[in-house]
Order: sequence, then structure tokens, then C-alpha cells
Amino acid sequence: MNAELLRVEDLKVYYQARKGLIGSVAVKALDGVSLEVQSGETLAIVGESGSGKTTLGRAALRLIRPTGGSIHFRGEDVTNLSDSGLGAFRRRAQGVFQDPYSSLDGFMSVAQILEEPLVIHGVGTHGERVEMIHDALRDVRMSPPEEMATKFPHMLSGGLRQRVGIARALILRPDFILADEPVSMIDASSRAEILYLMLELQRTYGIGFLYITHDIATARHFSDRIAVMYAGRVVESGPAGQVIDEPLHPYTEALIRAIPEPDASNRLRQRPVIPGEPPSPTEPPAGCRFHPRCPFAIAGTCEVVDPPLIEVKPGHMTACHLHPEPEE
Amino acid sequence: MSLLEVTDLTLHYATREDPVRAVDGVSFRLERGQALGVVGESGSGKTSLSLALMRLLPSNATGYGGSVMLDGQEVMALSDDEFRRQVRWRKLSMVFQGAQNSLNPVLRVGHQVAEPLMLENGARKAQARERVLSLFDLVRLPREVADRYPHELSGGMKQRVMIAMSLVLDPALVVLDEPTSALDVSIQAQMMNLLKDLKRDLGISFIFITHDIALASDLCDRIAVVYAGQMVEIGSADDALTQPSHPYTQLLLGSIPRLAADEPPQFIPGAPPDLTGPPSGCRFHPRCPYVFEPCDRDDPPLAAAREGHEARCWLLATEK
Ligand SMILES: Nc1ncnc2c1ncn2[C@@H]1O[C@H](COP(=O)(O)OP(=O)(O)OP(=O)(O)O)[C@@H](O)[C@H]1O
Ligand SMILES: Nc1ncnc2c1ncn2[C@@H]1O[C@H](COP(=O)(O)OP(=O)(O)O)[C@@H](O)[C@H]1O
Ligand code: SF4
Ligand SMILES: [Mg+2]
Ligand SMILES: [Mg+2]
Repeated sequence: MNAELLRVEDLKVYYQARKGLIGSVAVKALDGVSLEVQSGETLAIVGESGSGKTTLGRAALRLIRPTGGSIHFRGEDVTNLSDSGLGAFRRRAQGVFQDPYSSLDGFMSVAQILEEPLVIHGVGTHGERVEMIHDALRDVRMSPPEEMATKFPHMLSGGLRQRVGIARALILRPDFILADEPVSMIDASSRAEILYLMLELQRTYGIGFLYITHDIATARHFSDRIAVMYAGRVVESGPAGQVIDEPLHPYTEALIRAIPEPDASNRLRQRPVIPGEPPSPTEPPAGCRFHPRCPFAIAGTCEVVDPPLIEVKPGHMTACHLHPEPEE
Repeated sequence: MSLLEVTDLTLHYATREDPVRAVDGVSFRLERGQALGVVGESGSGKTSLSLALMRLLPSNATGYGGSVMLDGQEVMALSDDEFRRQVRWRKLSMVFQGAQNSLNPVLRVGHQVAEPLMLENGARKAQARERVLSLFDLVRLPREVADRYPHELSGGMKQRVMIAMSLVLDPALVVLDEPTSALDVSIQAQMMNLLKDLKRDLGISFIFITHDIALASDLCDRIAVVYAGQMVEIGSADDALTQPSHPYTQLLLGSIPRLAADEPPQFIPGAPPDLTGPPSGCRFHPRCPYVFEPCDRDDPPLAAAREGHEARCWLLATEK
């Protein structure tokens, strides 16, 4: 436990988007993100759409090559490895994605879907692979495994398809799983079931999870730590309960207050909201990226100086001028 | 007299197999100036219910029937033509699920909002423009947005345009089908505040369709819970949230991860049924922890749990 599994430092991913007929412009999807995941822990990445969560996850799995910064996996620098050099990494770092409908090949049976990664990485004989497929299906509570293995994705409910996605990620016994919005397309009444399943498998196999979600409430219950992203940056990170109960960054606080709890008196009052919308990733605001929407912005500072991410309480970091570095 | 009184509304869809019983005998009332939240999981029939109310039926619709009294008038007795001229958009309008993506990409949004005024009401251009601008004020869109094209607008702005569009002929009742599901929470909160203002200041009634019961509590006076094409519980928001009577509502509330509490969320084992052949008796019985003798055999009636609060469960029906 507590061994560093994944460490990204000052990670940048800029996409080139077309502008007009000949021009192009850099979309700064990720602009200097640093974080780490320990083995056996879940780090949740929360933030609104466009904040860079998916880009972070794809870069962490080296599905895209970052523009700058570094990615270390179990101490090894994988930032610039070529596809051929990534073989061992790909076996140990797997992904579960948002859409259980499109992330599975409709023409392949469950058995074929689960066998594919084993074949790619040359694992076992066919007989051994069949055993592993049945074990993986048992792990995700799809029974009887012999029968489930013969199904095709269209014959399965959304929840079952996502279980197949999890089984596919697990079958190589990875050390690290990226789960990008794994339950956002699943019925509310079944979401917790899938998340408990992932938690249990994590405990059984000691996997480190990067759990990407826009649902900060599930992050509270299913992760150890939370990192909050805004406009391509991490603005706050810390122990899950602490980030939600005692948020440090004004954006985190606003995000939490925007979410209604089931309470009939909600309708009798206006919800406190932050004005405006997130900034364009091609021209993020100078200084603190949140300053145009921030109710506490300090004139003369916030629109000029980019606040660094600093540790304010043990393990709890934020990038905000309201929380300056304690002076020695 | 209630603004809306729906009795035994039914809408099925023909398929190659048995028909899909998407709306299967739904009854409820809505008072003037109130908002009713219709809460249910994906596929439970929420959109179909709103299409049935709007009489916008897909070509494979079958078994469309029941009674819909709107402002004292039985609108189910009207011909399609009468319904289109007298009711749809004028008395009852709607914001469709995912509608922000159905704006015409080559027309300025202000023009799209003005269209029904000119076509249906024969308004002149200048008059229509005035009305559009005042609607933009109402939904808090800067007036200059009227001259922009859809791709120049954010998701939140497009959804405000859709709300302006639903209000253009001054309906008393607007059905909102998942109006904020595609939006981020901070934009969703802005939208909910806008809906609260429209309800309070203009006295508009809403049917607010959502899969998120907590979000329903942000606007609605009453909450109806749908499961497998039926309304299984309806009551004041307060009762539905704090003293739910139907086991499904109870378990659904328990499945919400709470931000403010450490109590972990639970889940309902199993999945909602296929509506071509829903379970016999109570449609929730295969997933219900309290299932007992009558449940798999007979369909429970909607029974009163308290004053103004009903649930469709044998636990209630047999107490009486
Ligand atoms: N035109 C159609 N033909 C056949 N079946 C249909 C048709 N439209 C909807 N259905 C089915 O009817 C049922 C109810 O669908 P509906 O769209 O009303 O659900 P919903 O509650 O709005 O779901 P969601 O939360 O996903 O929007 C589903 O089983 C759906 O697959
Ligand atoms: N392939 C791409 N080309 C250009 N821009 C992209 C691409 N992928 C993502 N983006 C942009 O990068 C930003 C971050 O996107 P993303 O990582 O998908 O965020 P999230 O997952 O938090 O919604 C957004 O502005 C998005 O539009
Ligand atoms: S740095 Fe300033 S503008 Fe940014 S969040 Fe903190 S107070 Fe607000
Ligand atoms: Mg994403
Ligand atoms: Mg729908």
C-alpha cells in the first residue's frame, strides 16, 4: 500500500483546433496539472464539462502524447515512450469508459471482448484464457459465467454492459484503472451497485483508481481523495470528506452549493449561484482563471497573479490567493 | 377547478413483438401556478407521457386514450386540427429533451423564437421582434443574442432560448423534459433559479420531468414517481421526500449519494422491466424487498396514504 503508482507533473495537453480557413489555435485542455495516485487508493477528479478531466485520463493512460510535463508509472518515465515501448505499461494500466454502449464492439461476444486483451498481450493458452474469462465474469457478478460469456452487448442492459467493461479492464490484473464517468449513463438506482463493485475489486486486488466524474457526491462516498479541476487546472485537492465539508477554493464551494439535496424547502429559496460560465480554453483569463466569476476576488492580485497550488492543511491543497503560503 | 386533470392516460407503441406500454393508465392533477415533478429512471415513460399530453405521437403509437381536462376542457375530444389550433403551444407547451440541439443551425435564434408568432398569430415583424426581445429579458439573455446563430451560443444559452420559445404564445402550462440534464451543475442552478422566478412572477405551471428527485425538489410543489409506465406515488414534495409510501420511492431516495452526509448510498438490485411484457401484478414486485402474497398476482390500485398523497402498493391497499 501507499506506494506511489502514478505521478503526473506539470502536465500539459494542447489540441490544435482550426480557426477560420487557414489559422489554427491552441486549445489548452490541460495546462499544468500535477497529481499522484497511490496504489490501492482512489483519487476522484471532479469538474464541469470541458475542464479537462477526460484529457487528463487519456494522457495518464498514454492514449495521447502530452504537449509538456511528465508522467511516471511505478517510478518509470512513460511520458514519451513510443507505442512499442508502452507494451508493459498498457498491460498494467487499463481504462473503463463512460458509454457502455459504444465502448464495446457490438459484433463480438462477451467472451471475445474479454479474450481480446489476453490475446494482444499473449497471455495463456486458449483453455487458460477461458478460465480467466469465467473468473473475470464471476468477479463482476455476472452469472452463470458460461452463459454470460456467450451474450452479445445488445442483449445486455446498460449496467451489465458496464460490468463487461470493468471485467475487460480487470482481466489483465492491472495495477491502475482509469474510470472516466463509468456510471453517468447508468440508472440512478443502479449506480451505487457498480461503484461498490469497483470498490470491492480495488480492495481485493489493490488497484489504484483514477475516478473521473462530474458528480461530486459519488466522489465523496467512493474515493479517498478528490481533486477539483477548473479550466485545465487542479484548483483544490485533499481528503474526500474534507474537500466537501471544508472546501478551500471558492469554485469548489460554489460547485457544492449548486447541487440540491432532496429537500422540499429548496423550492422556497433561490440557490446561490456563481455568475457566468467557464472560460474559453483557447484564451483562459490571466491571473487566477476563476477570477471573473469569483465573489471574493482581490482586486489588483487575482486578475494579475496566477496562484500556485499550495498545501494549506496537511494533504489539503488549493490554488487561491485567499489562502497564501503560510509565512515561516 | 384544477388546471390539468389527467385520468387513465395511455400511450403504447407498436413493435414487431408485443406493444411497449410506455404510458399505462396514468392519472394526476395539477393546480394553477404549481409545479409537478415527474421523476423516473430511463425508459420509465416520462417523455412518452409528455408526448401524450402534447398529442405529438410517433407513427407507431397505438392505444392512445384517456381523459385530459385542461382548464375545464376535455382536450382528448378535440380533432387533431382543433388540438393544434387551440391547445398545442397556446395553452400547453413544451421544452423537449435534448431540444437545444434541434435549433436550426442556419437561422438566427431570435427569428426561430418569433416564427410561431408570425405563422400562428399573424403578428407583424416589428411586433414579433418586440415580443422576442421581452422574452429574452425574461429568460435573462442579453438582447443581442437574438441576432446570433445557434453555434455561437453555449448550452445554457441555448436552453434559455428553448424556454423563451416555449413561452412565446403565453401558455398556462409548460412541460419541461429534462431541461437541465445536459448542463453542468453551476449552469443548472442558474436555470433552476430562472424557472422559480417564472413560476412566481408569471404564475406559469410546470410539469418538470427529471430522473433526479433532488433536482425536482428544487422547483416542484408536488412530486410524482413513475416506474415502468405507471405513476406509483404522487404527493406533496415534502411527503414524497420525507415520508415516501411506495417501496420504490423509498429505495430510490436511499440510492442518492448525499453530499452532506456520511451515510453511503444504497442501490436497488435488478433492473427496471422491459415494457413490452412488464411483470404481472405490481410491476416493482421482482425488485421489492417487501413483496408478499398479492403482489405478483394483482395490480395494486392507487391508494391514499394520507390526505393528498397516493401510492400504488399492496402494503397500503390492504391496510384499509
Ligand atoms: N417510438 C417508439 N417506439 C417504440 N418504443 C418506444 C418509442 N419511444 C419510446 N419507446 C420506449 O418506450 C419506453 C418509454 O420511453 P420514454 O422515452 O418515454 O422514457 P423516458 O422515461 O423519457 O426515458 P429517459 O429518461 O431515458 O428519457 C422505453 O421502453 C422506450 O424504449
Ligand atoms: N480532440 C480535441 N480537439 C480539440 N479540442 C479538444 C479535443 N478534446 C477535447 N478538447 C477540448 O479540450 C477541453 C477539455 O476537454 P475534456 O478533457 O474532454 O474535458 P472534460 O472531460 O472535463 O469534459 C475542452 O475545451 C474540449 O472542447
Ligand atoms: S485566487 Fe482570487 S479570484 Fe481566484 S478563487 Fe481565489 S479569491 Fe477568487
Ligand atoms: Mg469527459
Ligand atoms: Mg425521456
